[in-house]
Amino acid sequence: MMNYESGEPGDRPGEPEPPDPAPAVTARALTAVRGDRTVLRGLDFTLPAGRVTGLLGPSGCGKTTLMRAVVATQAKVTGTLTVLGSPAGHPGLRPRIGYVTQAPSVYDDLTVRQNLDYFAAVLLPGRAHRAGRAAAVDRALADVDLTDHADALAGRLSGGQRSRVSLAVALLGTPDLLVLDEPTVGLDPVLRRDLWDLFHRLAADRGTTLLVSSHVMDEAERCHRLLLMREGAILAEGTPEALRRQSGTTTVEEAFLHLVDTAAHASPEEPRP
Amino acid sequence: MTPARTLATAARVLRQLRHDPRSLALMLLVPCAMLFLLRYVFDGSPGTFDTIGASLLGIFPLITMFLVTSIATLRERTSGTLERLLAMPLGKADLIAGYALAFGLVAVVQSVLATGLAVGLLGLDVVGSPWLLLLVALLDALLGTALGLFVSAFAASEFQAVQFMPAVIFPQLLLCGLFTPRENMAPALEAISNVLPMSYAVDGMNEVLRHPDVTGAFVRDALVVAGCAVLVLALGAATLRRRTT
Repeated sequence: MMNYESGEPGDRPGEPEPPDPAPAVTARALTAVRGDRTVLRGLDFTLPAGRVTGLLGPSGCGKTTLMRAVVATQAKVTGTLTVLGSPAGHPGLRPRIGYVTQAPSVYDDLTVRQNLDYFAAVLLPGRAHRAGRAAAVDRALADVDLTDHADALAGRLSGGQRSRVSLAVALLGTPDLLVLDEPTVGLDPVLRRDLWDLFHRLAADRGTTLLVSSHVMDEAERCHRLLLMREGAILAEGTPEALRRQSGTTTVEEAFLHLVDTAAHASPEEPRP
Repeated sequence: MTPARTLATAARVLRQLRHDPRSLALMLLVPCAMLFLLRYVFDGSPGTFDTIGASLLGIFPLITMFLVTSIATLRERTSGTLERLLAMPLGKADLIAGYALAFGLVAVVQSVLATGLAVGLLGLDVVGSPWLLLLVALLDALLGTALGLFVSAFAASEFQAVQFMPAVIFPQLLLCGLFTPRENMAPALEAISNVLPMSYAVDGMNEVLRHPDVTGAFVRDALVVAGCAVLVLALGAATLRRRTT
Protein backbone atom coordinates (compact mmCIF):
# COMPACT_ATOMS: atom_id res chain seq x y z
CA MET A 1 0.00 0.00 0.00
CA MET A 2 1.15 3.43 -0.94
CA ASN A 3 1.47 4.53 2.60
CA TYR A 4 4.29 2.21 3.47
CA GLU A 5 6.69 3.46 0.82
CA SER A 6 9.51 3.07 3.31
CA GLY A 7 9.08 -0.61 2.41
CA GLU A 8 10.23 -1.90 5.75
CA PRO A 9 10.68 -5.64 5.46
CA GLY A 10 9.29 -5.84 8.99
CA ASP A 11 6.00 -4.40 7.84
CA ARG A 12 4.77 -7.83 6.89
CA PRO A 13 6.02 -10.27 9.43
CA GLY A 14 5.54 -14.04 9.27
CA GLU A 15 1.94 -12.95 8.97
CA PRO A 16 -1.23 -14.60 10.04
CA GLU A 17 -2.97 -11.74 8.19
CA PRO A 18 -4.01 -11.80 4.54
CA PRO A 19 -2.61 -8.97 2.38
CA ASP A 20 -4.17 -5.58 3.07
CA PRO A 21 -7.25 -4.74 1.01
CA ALA A 22 -7.87 -1.28 -0.45
CA PRO A 23 -8.00 1.43 2.21
CA ALA A 24 -11.38 2.45 3.62
CA VAL A 25 -10.00 5.84 4.67
CA THR A 26 -7.14 7.81 3.15
CA ALA A 27 -5.90 11.07 4.64
CA ARG A 28 -3.37 13.39 3.08
CA ALA A 29 -2.04 16.51 4.81
CA LEU A 30 -4.98 16.41 7.22
CA THR A 31 -4.93 19.53 9.38
CA ALA A 32 -7.47 20.68 11.95
CA VAL A 33 -7.59 23.91 13.87
CA ARG A 34 -9.51 24.48 17.10
CA GLY A 35 -9.51 28.08 18.23
CA ASP A 36 -5.94 29.24 17.66
CA ARG A 37 -4.48 25.79 18.22
CA THR A 38 -3.50 23.42 15.43
CA VAL A 39 -4.71 20.08 16.74
CA LEU A 40 -3.86 17.93 13.71
CA ARG A 41 -0.72 18.86 11.80
CA GLY A 42 -0.74 17.63 8.24
CA LEU A 43 -1.43 13.95 8.91
CA ASP A 44 -1.04 11.22 6.28
CA PHE A 45 -2.55 7.85 7.09
CA THR A 46 -4.76 5.10 5.74
CA LEU A 47 -7.21 2.72 7.36
CA PRO A 48 -7.29 -0.69 5.64
CA ALA A 49 -10.81 -1.97 4.97
CA GLY A 50 -12.16 -4.75 7.14
CA ARG A 51 -9.46 -4.35 9.79
CA VAL A 52 -9.28 -3.08 13.34
CA THR A 53 -6.97 -0.09 13.47
CA GLY A 54 -6.00 1.18 16.90
CA LEU A 55 -5.43 4.90 17.39
CA LEU A 56 -3.15 5.27 20.35
CA GLY A 57 -1.57 8.18 22.08
CA PRO A 58 -1.70 10.18 25.28
CA SER A 59 -4.78 12.23 26.25
CA GLY A 60 -4.99 15.49 24.36
CA CYS A 61 -2.86 14.36 21.41
CA GLY A 62 -5.69 14.85 18.90
CA LYS A 63 -7.24 11.37 18.73
CA THR A 64 -10.81 12.61 19.12
CA THR A 65 -10.29 15.42 16.61
CA LEU A 66 -8.92 12.93 14.08
CA MET A 67 -11.98 10.71 14.58
CA ARG A 68 -14.34 13.67 14.35
CA ALA A 69 -12.65 14.66 11.09
CA VAL A 70 -13.25 11.17 9.67
CA VAL A 71 -16.94 11.20 10.63
CA ALA A 72 -17.17 14.86 9.49
CA THR A 73 -18.39 16.43 12.69
CA GLN A 74 -15.20 18.50 13.06
CA ALA A 75 -15.17 22.00 11.57
CA LYS A 76 -12.08 23.71 10.14
CA VAL A 77 -10.44 20.63 8.67
CA THR A 78 -8.15 21.01 5.64
CA GLY A 79 -6.29 18.50 3.51
CA THR A 80 -7.63 15.50 1.63
CA LEU A 81 -9.75 12.95 3.42
CA THR A 82 -11.41 10.17 1.47
CA VAL A 83 -13.82 7.93 3.35
CA LEU A 84 -15.29 4.82 1.67
CA GLY A 85 -14.59 6.33 -1.73
CA SER A 86 -16.21 9.74 -1.10
CA PRO A 87 -14.87 12.95 0.38
CA ALA A 88 -15.47 13.00 4.15
CA GLY A 89 -18.78 14.67 4.99
CA HIS A 90 -20.56 13.50 1.84
CA PRO A 91 -24.25 13.04 2.78
CA GLY A 92 -24.22 9.56 1.24
CA LEU A 93 -21.74 8.48 3.90
CA ARG A 94 -24.02 9.25 6.85
CA PRO A 95 -25.84 5.90 6.87
CA ARG A 96 -22.57 4.02 6.31
CA ILE A 97 -20.58 5.31 9.29
CA GLY A 98 -21.15 4.50 12.95
CA TYR A 99 -19.56 6.86 15.45
CA VAL A 100 -19.41 6.37 19.18
CA THR A 101 -18.28 9.37 21.19
CA GLN A 102 -16.29 9.01 24.38
CA ALA A 103 -19.24 10.09 26.55
CA PRO A 104 -22.25 7.88 25.76
CA SER A 105 -24.68 9.84 23.58
CA VAL A 106 -28.05 8.28 24.30
CA TYR A 107 -31.30 9.54 25.79
CA ASP A 108 -31.18 8.88 29.52
CA ASP A 109 -34.94 9.23 29.83
CA LEU A 110 -35.71 6.47 27.35
CA THR A 111 -35.29 2.74 27.78
CA VAL A 112 -32.49 0.97 25.96
CA ARG A 113 -34.91 -0.41 23.41
CA GLN A 114 -36.66 2.93 22.89
CA ASN A 115 -33.27 4.53 22.24
CA LEU A 116 -32.43 1.91 19.64
CA ASP A 117 -35.92 2.05 18.11
CA TYR A 118 -35.59 5.78 17.53
CA PHE A 119 -32.13 5.71 16.01
CA ALA A 120 -33.19 2.73 13.88
CA ALA A 121 -36.15 4.78 12.63
CA VAL A 122 -33.73 7.54 11.62
CA LEU A 123 -31.57 5.07 9.71
CA LEU A 124 -34.38 2.99 8.19
CA PRO A 125 -37.51 5.17 8.19
CA GLY A 126 -40.97 4.08 7.18
CA ARG A 127 -43.42 1.26 7.73
CA ALA A 128 -41.85 -0.86 5.03
CA HIS A 129 -38.75 -1.31 7.17
CA ARG A 130 -40.54 -2.12 10.41
CA ALA A 131 -39.44 -5.77 10.46
CA GLY A 132 -35.92 -4.85 9.40
CA ARG A 133 -35.70 -2.31 12.20
CA ALA A 134 -36.88 -4.77 14.84
CA ALA A 135 -34.28 -7.29 13.65
CA ALA A 136 -31.53 -4.67 13.66
CA VAL A 137 -32.44 -3.59 17.20
CA ASP A 138 -32.46 -7.18 18.48
CA ARG A 139 -29.12 -7.92 16.86
CA ALA A 140 -27.51 -4.74 18.22
CA LEU A 141 -28.78 -5.61 21.71
CA ALA A 142 -27.31 -9.08 21.42
CA ASP A 143 -24.03 -7.72 20.02
CA VAL A 144 -23.40 -5.64 23.13
CA ASP A 145 -24.97 -8.21 25.47
CA LEU A 146 -27.73 -5.93 26.75
CA THR A 147 -30.77 -8.01 25.77
CA ASP A 148 -31.58 -8.49 29.45
CA HIS A 149 -31.55 -4.74 30.04
CA ALA A 150 -33.59 -3.79 26.98
CA ASP A 151 -36.42 -2.33 29.04
CA ALA A 152 -34.31 -0.48 31.59
CA LEU A 153 -34.05 3.30 31.41
CA ALA A 154 -30.66 4.23 29.94
CA GLY A 155 -30.14 6.73 32.75
CA ARG A 156 -30.45 3.98 35.38
CA LEU A 157 -27.70 1.85 33.85
CA SER A 158 -24.08 1.78 34.98
CA GLY A 159 -21.49 3.80 33.07
CA GLY A 160 -20.21 0.76 31.21
CA GLN A 161 -23.72 -0.35 30.27
CA ARG A 162 -24.59 3.11 28.98
CA SER A 163 -21.52 3.18 26.78
CA ARG A 164 -22.57 -0.19 25.39
CA VAL A 165 -26.00 1.26 24.55
CA SER A 166 -24.17 4.01 22.70
CA LEU A 167 -22.14 1.36 20.86
CA ALA A 168 -25.31 -0.59 20.03
CA VAL A 169 -26.76 2.53 18.38
CA ALA A 170 -23.70 2.74 16.14
CA LEU A 171 -24.08 -0.94 15.16
CA LEU A 172 -27.72 -0.53 14.06
CA GLY A 173 -27.27 0.23 10.41
CA THR A 174 -24.50 -2.37 9.86
CA PRO A 175 -22.04 0.43 9.10
CA ASP A 176 -19.10 -0.12 6.78
CA LEU A 177 -16.94 2.07 8.99
CA LEU A 178 -17.12 2.14 12.76
CA VAL A 179 -15.31 4.89 14.63
CA LEU A 180 -15.07 4.25 18.37
CA ASP A 181 -13.64 6.82 20.76
CA GLU A 182 -12.21 5.05 23.83
CA PRO A 183 -14.98 2.42 23.93
CA THR A 184 -13.37 0.33 26.67
CA VAL A 185 -12.49 3.08 29.13
CA GLY A 186 -13.51 2.19 32.68
CA LEU A 187 -14.75 -1.29 31.82
CA ASP A 188 -13.82 -4.40 33.74
CA PRO A 189 -11.37 -6.83 32.09
CA VAL A 190 -14.04 -9.37 31.15
CA LEU A 191 -16.16 -6.78 29.37
CA ARG A 192 -13.10 -5.34 27.68
CA ARG A 193 -12.20 -8.73 26.33
CA ASP A 194 -15.78 -9.31 25.16
CA LEU A 195 -15.87 -5.98 23.37
CA TRP A 196 -12.55 -6.61 21.62
CA ASP A 197 -13.89 -10.01 20.56
CA LEU A 198 -16.94 -8.21 19.17
CA PHE A 199 -14.74 -5.74 17.25
CA HIS A 200 -12.86 -8.61 15.66
CA ARG A 201 -16.09 -10.44 14.82
CA LEU A 202 -17.43 -7.29 13.14
CA ALA A 203 -14.28 -7.00 11.06
CA ALA A 204 -14.13 -10.70 10.17
CA ASP A 205 -17.84 -11.50 9.66
CA ARG A 206 -19.33 -8.22 8.47
CA GLY A 207 -16.23 -6.75 6.82
CA THR A 208 -16.52 -3.64 8.98
CA THR A 209 -13.56 -1.28 9.11
CA LEU A 210 -12.91 -0.19 12.68
CA LEU A 211 -10.98 2.74 14.07
CA VAL A 212 -10.68 2.35 17.84
CA SER A 213 -8.93 4.90 20.02
CA SER A 214 -7.37 4.19 23.36
CA HIS A 215 -4.80 5.70 25.62
CA VAL A 216 -4.13 2.33 27.21
CA MET A 217 -1.18 0.83 25.38
CA ASP A 218 -1.94 -2.76 26.33
CA GLU A 219 -4.99 -2.64 24.08
CA ALA A 220 -2.65 -2.03 21.15
CA GLU A 221 -1.77 -5.69 20.92
CA ARG A 222 -5.39 -6.49 20.09
CA CYS A 223 -5.38 -4.39 16.89
CA HIS A 224 -4.47 -5.45 13.37
CA ARG A 225 -2.80 -2.13 12.78
CA LEU A 226 -1.83 0.87 14.84
CA LEU A 227 -1.58 4.59 14.41
CA LEU A 228 0.61 6.00 17.16
CA MET A 229 -0.11 9.68 17.75
CA ARG A 230 1.55 12.38 19.75
CA GLU A 231 0.98 16.14 19.80
CA GLY A 232 -1.15 16.20 16.66
CA ALA A 233 1.20 14.12 14.54
CA ILE A 234 1.41 10.44 13.59
CA LEU A 235 4.54 8.96 15.17
CA ALA A 236 4.27 5.59 13.49
CA GLU A 237 1.88 3.41 11.53
CA GLY A 238 2.00 -0.38 11.15
CA THR A 239 1.19 -3.69 12.74
CA PRO A 240 1.97 -4.02 16.47
CA GLU A 241 4.63 -6.58 15.58
CA ALA A 242 6.27 -4.34 13.00
CA LEU A 243 6.35 -1.44 15.43
CA ARG A 244 7.99 -3.56 18.11
CA ARG A 245 10.50 -4.98 15.66
CA GLN A 246 11.42 -1.58 14.22
CA SER A 247 12.24 -0.20 17.63
CA GLY A 248 13.70 -3.43 18.98
CA THR A 249 11.30 -3.53 21.93
CA THR A 250 9.02 -6.17 23.39
CA THR A 251 5.84 -4.14 23.93
CA VAL A 252 4.04 -1.43 21.98
CA GLU A 253 4.36 0.85 24.99
CA GLU A 254 8.15 0.57 24.87
CA ALA A 255 8.04 1.06 21.12
CA PHE A 256 6.01 4.24 21.64
CA LEU A 257 8.48 5.59 24.21
CA HIS A 258 11.37 4.67 21.93
CA LEU A 259 9.75 6.55 19.04
CA VAL A 260 9.11 9.61 21.22
CA ASP A 261 12.76 9.64 22.33
CA THR A 262 14.03 9.18 18.78
CA ALA A 263 11.81 12.00 17.55
CA ALA A 264 13.07 14.26 20.34
CA HIS A 265 16.70 13.53 19.41
CA ALA A 266 16.10 13.99 15.70
CA SER A 267 14.56 17.46 16.12
CA PRO A 268 15.42 18.85 19.52
CA GLU A 269 13.77 22.16 18.68
CA GLU A 270 10.60 20.95 17.15
CA PRO A 271 8.82 24.02 15.78
CA ARG A 272 5.61 24.81 17.62
CA PRO A 273 2.76 26.61 15.89
CA MET B 1 -37.06 16.12 5.04
CA THR B 2 -38.73 12.71 5.48
CA PRO B 3 -42.16 12.55 7.14
CA ALA B 4 -41.32 9.15 8.70
CA ARG B 5 -38.20 10.60 10.38
CA THR B 6 -40.13 13.67 11.56
CA LEU B 7 -42.84 11.49 13.07
CA ALA B 8 -40.27 9.19 14.68
CA THR B 9 -38.61 12.24 16.25
CA ALA B 10 -41.93 13.58 17.55
CA ALA B 11 -42.79 10.15 18.97
CA ARG B 12 -39.40 9.95 20.65
CA VAL B 13 -39.82 13.40 22.28
CA LEU B 14 -43.27 12.40 23.56
CA ARG B 15 -41.88 9.11 24.85
CA GLN B 16 -39.23 11.03 26.79
CA LEU B 17 -41.99 13.16 28.31
CA ARG B 18 -43.95 10.07 29.28
CA HIS B 19 -40.99 8.92 31.34
CA ASP B 20 -41.13 12.26 33.14
CA PRO B 21 -44.71 12.46 34.47
CA ARG B 22 -43.84 15.22 36.92
CA SER B 23 -42.78 17.62 34.16
CA LEU B 24 -45.83 16.69 32.14
CA ALA B 25 -48.13 17.32 35.11
CA LEU B 26 -46.50 20.69 35.77
CA MET B 27 -46.84 21.69 32.12
CA LEU B 28 -50.52 20.82 32.04
CA LEU B 29 -51.70 21.80 35.51
CA VAL B 30 -49.78 24.96 36.40
CA PRO B 31 -51.62 27.12 33.82
CA CYS B 32 -54.94 25.83 35.18
CA ALA B 33 -53.90 26.60 38.74
CA MET B 34 -52.85 30.12 37.72
CA LEU B 35 -56.17 30.80 36.01
CA PHE B 36 -58.00 29.51 39.03
CA LEU B 37 -55.95 31.80 41.27
CA LEU B 38 -56.49 34.75 38.95
CA ARG B 39 -60.24 34.25 38.92
CA TYR B 40 -60.41 34.75 42.70
CA VAL B 41 -57.76 37.47 42.82
CA PHE B 42 -60.13 39.50 40.61
CA ASP B 43 -63.22 38.25 42.40
CA GLY B 44 -64.66 41.75 42.60
CA SER B 45 -63.96 42.75 38.98
CA PRO B 46 -64.91 40.00 36.54
CA GLY B 47 -64.13 42.33 33.60
CA THR B 48 -60.46 42.37 34.56
CA PHE B 49 -60.44 38.60 34.80
CA ASP B 50 -61.83 38.42 31.26
CA THR B 51 -59.06 40.58 29.78
CA ILE B 52 -56.15 39.19 31.74
CA GLY B 53 -57.45 35.63 31.61
CA ALA B 54 -57.80 35.67 27.85
CA SER B 55 -54.33 37.19 27.44
CA LEU B 56 -52.85 34.57 29.75
CA LEU B 57 -54.42 31.78 27.73
CA GLY B 58 -52.12 32.97 24.95
CA ILE B 59 -49.09 33.62 27.12
CA PHE B 60 -48.95 30.32 29.06
CA PRO B 61 -48.27 28.08 26.06
CA LEU B 62 -45.58 30.48 24.85
CA ILE B 63 -43.71 30.51 28.15
CA THR B 64 -44.06 26.78 28.84
CA MET B 65 -42.96 25.73 25.39
CA PHE B 66 -40.12 28.23 25.43
CA LEU B 67 -38.74 26.76 28.64
CA VAL B 68 -39.30 23.14 27.71
CA THR B 69 -37.81 23.46 24.26
CA SER B 70 -34.78 25.46 25.29
CA ILE B 71 -33.88 22.91 27.98
CA ALA B 72 -34.69 19.90 25.79
CA THR B 73 -32.58 21.14 22.88
CA LEU B 74 -29.79 22.13 25.17
CA ARG B 75 -29.77 18.63 26.65
CA GLU B 76 -29.72 17.28 23.12
CA ARG B 77 -26.65 19.40 22.43
CA THR B 78 -24.76 18.67 25.65
CA SER B 79 -25.50 14.93 25.75
CA GLY B 80 -24.01 14.43 22.30
CA THR B 81 -27.24 13.06 20.88
CA LEU B 82 -27.56 16.10 18.59
CA GLU B 83 -24.11 15.46 17.16
CA ARG B 84 -24.98 11.80 16.73
CA LEU B 85 -28.27 12.62 14.96
CA LEU B 86 -26.62 15.12 12.64
CA ALA B 87 -23.97 12.54 11.73
CA MET B 88 -26.87 10.25 10.76
CA PRO B 89 -29.13 10.68 7.75
CA LEU B 90 -31.52 13.00 9.64
CA GLY B 91 -32.52 16.33 8.10
CA LYS B 92 -32.35 19.38 10.35
CA ALA B 93 -35.94 20.09 9.36
CA ASP B 94 -36.91 16.59 10.56
CA LEU B 95 -35.52 17.35 13.98
CA ILE B 96 -37.09 20.80 14.28
CA ALA B 97 -40.44 19.72 12.89
CA GLY B 98 -40.38 16.69 15.20
CA TYR B 99 -39.92 18.90 18.22
CA ALA B 100 -42.52 21.41 17.02
CA LEU B 101 -45.00 18.59 16.42
CA ALA B 102 -44.47 16.92 19.80
CA PHE B 103 -44.58 20.11 21.85
CA GLY B 104 -47.39 21.46 19.68
CA LEU B 105 -49.42 18.42 20.68
CA VAL B 106 -48.66 18.99 24.36
CA ALA B 107 -49.63 22.64 23.88
CA VAL B 108 -52.97 21.60 22.41
CA VAL B 109 -53.73 19.49 25.48
CA GLN B 110 -52.56 22.28 27.77
CA SER B 111 -54.69 24.85 25.96
CA VAL B 112 -57.76 22.63 25.86
CA LEU B 113 -57.51 22.17 29.63
CA ALA B 114 -56.84 25.85 30.35
CA THR B 115 -59.44 27.19 27.93
CA GLY B 116 -62.00 24.64 29.06
CA LEU B 117 -61.45 25.56 32.68
CA ALA B 118 -61.52 29.32 32.05
CA VAL B 119 -64.58 29.35 29.80
CA GLY B 120 -66.48 26.44 31.32
CA LEU B 121 -65.90 26.70 35.05
CA LEU B 122 -64.45 30.10 35.83
CA GLY B 123 -66.91 32.03 33.71
CA LEU B 124 -64.48 33.74 31.35
CA ASP B 125 -66.74 35.79 29.13
CA VAL B 126 -65.69 35.21 25.51
CA VAL B 127 -67.82 36.72 22.74
CA GLY B 128 -66.00 34.87 19.95
CA SER B 129 -65.42 31.18 19.46
CA PRO B 130 -63.29 29.34 22.01
CA TRP B 131 -61.80 27.44 19.03
CA LEU B 132 -60.14 30.66 17.96
CA LEU B 133 -58.64 31.01 21.43
CA LEU B 134 -57.28 27.53 20.95
CA LEU B 135 -55.84 28.40 17.56
CA VAL B 136 -53.97 31.41 18.93
CA ALA B 137 -52.76 29.32 21.86
CA LEU B 138 -51.35 26.75 19.44
CA LEU B 139 -49.59 29.43 17.38
CA ASP B 140 -48.16 30.85 20.59
CA ALA B 141 -46.90 27.42 21.56
CA LEU B 142 -45.13 27.13 18.21
CA LEU B 143 -43.61 30.56 18.72
CA GLY B 144 -42.41 29.50 22.17
CA THR B 145 -40.90 26.31 20.72
CA ALA B 146 -39.17 28.34 18.03
CA LEU B 147 -37.75 30.89 20.48
CA GLY B 148 -36.61 28.16 22.85
CA LEU B 149 -34.83 26.28 20.09
CA PHE B 150 -33.15 29.46 18.93
CA VAL B 151 -31.85 30.66 22.30
CA SER B 152 -30.63 27.19 23.29
CA ALA B 153 -27.87 27.70 20.73
CA PHE B 154 -26.53 30.57 22.83
CA ALA B 155 -26.70 28.82 26.20
CA ALA B 156 -23.72 26.77 27.30
CA SER B 157 -25.53 25.21 30.24
CA GLU B 158 -29.03 24.64 31.58
CA PHE B 159 -28.22 27.32 34.14
CA GLN B 160 -27.77 29.85 31.35
CA ALA B 161 -30.77 28.55 29.46
CA VAL B 162 -33.21 29.38 32.25
CA GLN B 163 -31.70 32.88 32.48
CA PHE B 164 -32.85 33.44 28.91
CA MET B 165 -36.44 33.21 30.14
CA PRO B 166 -36.40 36.59 31.91
CA ALA B 167 -34.26 38.04 29.12
CA VAL B 168 -36.48 36.98 26.23
CA ILE B 169 -39.92 36.60 27.78
CA PHE B 170 -40.22 39.25 30.51
CA PRO B 171 -39.78 42.31 28.28
CA GLN B 172 -42.47 40.93 25.99
CA LEU B 173 -44.66 40.23 28.98
CA LEU B 174 -44.35 43.84 30.17
CA LEU B 175 -44.91 45.33 26.74
CA CYS B 176 -47.57 43.02 25.33
CA GLY B 177 -50.52 44.92 26.77
CA LEU B 178 -51.23 42.51 29.58
CA PHE B 179 -50.81 45.11 32.33
CA THR B 180 -51.92 48.22 30.50
CA PRO B 181 -53.21 48.85 26.97
CA ARG B 182 -50.31 49.32 24.57
CA GLU B 183 -51.70 52.72 23.44
CA ASN B 184 -51.11 54.07 26.95
CA MET B 185 -47.39 53.31 26.97
CA ALA B 186 -44.64 55.84 26.29
CA PRO B 187 -44.40 56.17 22.49
CA ALA B 188 -40.97 54.56 22.37
CA LEU B 189 -42.22 51.54 24.32
CA GLU B 190 -45.31 51.29 22.19
CA ALA B 191 -43.08 51.22 19.12
CA ILE B 192 -41.04 48.41 20.64
CA SER B 193 -44.15 46.50 21.60
CA ASN B 194 -45.25 46.75 17.96
CA VAL B 195 -42.35 44.59 16.87
CA LEU B 196 -42.58 41.98 19.63
CA PRO B 197 -44.57 38.88 18.66
CA MET B 198 -46.22 38.37 22.05
CA SER B 199 -48.07 41.67 21.58
CA TYR B 200 -49.87 40.16 18.61
CA ALA B 201 -50.66 37.01 20.53
CA VAL B 202 -52.37 39.07 23.25
CA ASP B 203 -54.10 41.33 20.70
CA GLY B 204 -55.41 38.25 18.94
CA MET B 205 -56.82 36.85 22.17
CA ASN B 206 -58.53 40.15 22.89
CA GLU B 207 -60.09 40.22 19.43
CA VAL B 208 -61.70 36.85 20.14
CA LEU B 209 -62.77 38.10 23.55
CA ARG B 210 -64.69 41.08 22.12
CA HIS B 211 -65.87 40.12 18.64
CA PRO B 212 -68.24 37.32 17.68
CA ASP B 213 -66.70 36.90 14.21
CA VAL B 214 -63.23 36.44 12.83
CA THR B 215 -62.07 40.03 12.38
CA GLY B 216 -59.42 41.33 10.02
CA ALA B 217 -57.33 42.33 12.99
CA PHE B 218 -57.52 38.76 14.32
CA VAL B 219 -56.33 37.33 11.02
CA ARG B 220 -53.46 39.83 10.96
CA ASP B 221 -52.48 38.98 14.54
CA ALA B 222 -52.58 35.25 13.90
CA LEU B 223 -50.51 35.63 10.74
CA VAL B 224 -47.91 37.77 12.52
CA VAL B 225 -47.50 35.19 15.29
CA ALA B 226 -47.33 32.32 12.80
CA GLY B 227 -44.87 34.24 10.62
CA CYS B 228 -42.63 35.00 13.58
CA ALA B 229 -42.71 31.34 14.60
CA VAL B 230 -41.64 30.20 11.14
CA LEU B 231 -38.94 32.87 10.93
CA VAL B 232 -37.46 31.98 14.31
CA LEU B 233 -37.67 28.24 13.52
CA ALA B 234 -35.63 28.91 10.39
CA LEU B 235 -33.11 30.87 12.47
CA GLY B 236 -33.05 27.95 14.92
CA ALA B 237 -32.34 25.53 12.08
CA ALA B 238 -29.38 27.68 11.09
CA THR B 239 -27.89 27.18 14.57
CA LEU B 240 -27.80 23.38 14.08
CA ARG B 241 -24.41 22.60 12.59
CA ARG B 242 -23.27 19.22 11.38
CA ARG B 243 -19.65 20.27 11.87
CA THR B 244 -18.61 21.97 15.10
CA THR B 245 -15.26 22.95 16.56
